[in-house]
Amino acid sequence: MRTIAIDDRAGAAGVEPLDWPKELYRVLKQHDVRQMSYVPDAGHSRLIELFLADADVVSNLLTTEEEGVAIAAGAWLGGQRSVLLMQSSGVGNCINMLSLATIGRFPLLMLVTMRGEWAEFNPWQVPMGLATEPALAAIGVRTLRADTPADLVETVRSAVTLAYDADQQVAVIISQRLLGTKQW
Amino acid sequence: MVTPVIGSLERRAVVARLLRDRDGLLVVTGLGSPSYDVHAAGDHDGNFYLWGAMGAAALVGLGLAQAKPDRTVMVVTGDGEQLMGLGGLATIAIAAPANLVIVVLDNGHYGETGMQRSHTGLGIDLASIARAAGFAGAVTVTDRAGLESAAQSIRERASGPRLYVVKVKPENLPRSLPPRDGVHLKNRLRTHLGFVVA
Repeated sequence: MRTIAIDDRAGAAGVEPLDWPKELYRVLKQHDVRQMSYVPDAGHSRLIELFLADADVVSNLLTTEEEGVAIAAGAWLGGQRSVLLMQSSGVGNCINMLSLATIGRFPLLMLVTMRGEWAEFNPWQVPMGLATEPALAAIGVRTLRADTPADLVETVRSAVTLAYDADQQVAVIISQRLLGTKQW
Repeated sequence: MVTPVIGSLERRAVVARLLRDRDGLLVVTGLGSPSYDVHAAGDHDGNFYLWGAMGAAALVGLGLAQAKPDRTVMVVTGDGEQLMGLGGLATIAIAAPANLVIVVLDNGHYGETGMQRSHTGLGIDLASIARAAGFAGAVTVTDRAGLESAAQSIRERASGPRLYVVKVKPENLPRSLPPRDGVHLKNRLRTHLGFVVA
């Protein structure tokens, strides 16, 4: 069993940091995810790069996050699994569109990188950071939070099954503590 | 902005013509009258009707078109619905699916809510926007000859996504109501495409 660092930014001597974006990519590929849509976020940048380099996955750059909720529904109608990547501020853009996923019981997997909750320097990120999980819960999307890289990989593995086998709408909340402070 | 054109074509006749001999066509409809128009033309297992999620139609079409590149996907929606998903035209343009056709039944009004004028009714030209975004085709249809030519060209393979703006009469017709159960509609289309519904 490989040793897993609690915090991959710490670079603790002798412990190999977990390359969690690569692990997430591996988990999503293992589970036959064929479409990925995203509004760019620094926390997702490596996962986005991995998908963009993959000719077997169709990646869609979005102008606003709710587009990805609709694309995911269409992909499922056509027999494909998809994943939607966004920052917490984008959750607010998605709310009405999520009624499509919940009322149609469309499998939905969102990976949400958090802002506004841990060592945040920008006050404008705080309101939506506070509202992210309550807003998702209010529209009927289950949230699963991960605070460490190792926990994140297991959480996404669980979320994939909940979404694509149990027809659930799931948002994995990637904590800002895990992502680290934005360098300004 | 252009001088607003308020249409004269009959929306139900337009949809019936576009769906005649539909073969393997898959159809996604935007909420409100377009869902009723497509249903009135004959319910079909290859139809997915939206009853909400305004702005979703073209993007549900995109996801479906990407998953089924061998099938033509036609989105039938209204001007108000497409205007709410205007950024989606940019997303579709760069995704560039050759098998996606968007038909906007443009009456220049929000018909479901009391016939208030929409942006297209005030001079916004959706075909120009799609053209500027790089759609492979973006046509405004105002008469029966144009409709006939559009119906033919939709059948032909294109190099990218296409948008047809069909100028229809602003009128509220008797509703022709499709099923409202989203789970049923989802499973019906997936079954139609041969996927096992667990």
